[in-house]
Amino acid sequence: MSELELEDRARFEQLVLPHVDAAFNLARWLLRGRADAEDVAQEALLRACRFFRGFHGGDARAWLLQIVRNTCYTWLEKNRPMELSMEFDEEIHVQTCATPETLAIAGDDRERLTLALESLPPRFREVLVLRELEGCSYKEIAAITSIPIGTVMSSLSRARRQLYSALANSASKGAVREV
Amino acid sequence: MKCEFADSLLQGYFDGELSDRRAAEFERHLHHCGYCAAELVDLDLVSAMLRLTPLYQPAPVSLRRKIDAYLRPIEPIAAASQPLLWHWLAAAAALFLIAIVLWRVSPELGGDDYQAELAGEIVEAHLRSLQPGHMAGIASNDEGVVKEWFDDKLKFAFPVHDFAKAGFVLNGGRLDVIEGRSVAVLAYEHNGRQINVFIWPTREPDTSPRVGSRQGFQWVDWRKDKMEFCAVSDADGVDLEQLHQLIISSV
Repeated sequence: MSELELEDRARFEQLVLPHVDAAFNLARWLLRGRADAEDVAQEALLRACRFFRGFHGGDARAWLLQIVRNTCYTWLEKNRPMELSMEFDEEIHVQTCATPETLAIAGDDRERLTLALESLPPRFREVLVLRELEGCSYKEIAAITSIPIGTVMSSLSRARRQLYSALANSASKGAVREV
Repeated sequence: MKCEFADSLLQGYFDGELSDRRAAEFERHLHHCGYCAAELVDLDLVSAMLRLTPLYQPAPVSLRRKIDAYLRPIEPIAAASQPLLWHWLAAAAALFLIAIVLWRVSPELGGDDYQAELAGEIVEAHLRSLQPGHMAGIASNDEGVVKEWFDDKLKFAFPVHDFAKAGFVLNGGRLDVIEGRSVAVLAYEHNGRQINVFIWPTREPDTSPRVGSRQGFQWVDWRKDKMEFCAVSDADGVDLEQLHQLIISSV
């Protein structure tokens, strides 16, 4: 049963539903899988719907993505706590799924980039996804992730450097393979 | 050598987030900083790859269908059978119960904008606490251990209770800062959801609980015996009300 009044439902459909793609995309990259992302994005959207009365205008996309992000982290904590606990170790920048070797073997650019992006800790992955794929401003990223703008900048910087080195690594391995 | 601006101004400049004045300043810096100049090229490479590769994953149709189905449930068919009647009765009873609880929890309507900023700060603090690795405090189910930990650090004292029997498990405590003052936080878990109870001293008289929600989180706030309590969670308001009852009846 929907808990929204007709009027609220129209507003929800008008303001929030245009951002379902953004919600799914963020969940997909945070959870690294489409099936989990669909479940968690659905949970987040229903939660957004239930608490829609608490939304007092402003940036609906940022509001929704904040809920999606929190739902994703709660899910990760419950289902894959290891993934979150490893993230502060800067040295472990390539997790099991994306060693330079697998990256080099990965066929096309899309696969290579996907693996490299997924090898970053969630905290770095999310700022890159929000900035580069979603086109969010620093201010929006800060609102969505509840971190200060200074930290947004330094996370982006570290994320970009890690991604660059993961890609450069795989490229050089690839070159060696071709010789 | 890495430049001190690499993690801040360089990013802001690259992303077009600097004011004109600061961008001009940074351009002057770029003229004689080889590190930033080289980094800028790498940044552009990474960014271009991310933007040019089709990485964006739009929502599957099945997700949109499920949301639509939730928003526009199919009306029940007129010929209501016996079990349906039961459902309606049960739903009516549940609604009645919720109405009673809400009525009891919020006798004073209009206090809705209750310290909106305070509620905002508390929800922010609650969000921070959900970040992995944030829990710098004491993790213990033992009332005594948690209480002792707080007694060493705070100038005020308050009761610490575990309500595991009622389904609210005490996970520990920590300190936070709300509106510039130290507050105690008791962390509970209920049905897999985290509930934080923020506690600080007040001079105000006792109040009955006030409820509200913010950013998808519910809060219940009350004052008792010169202490203010604010419980926050994404759990149901009814759960928070239950925890409120447990706390006030345990003092």
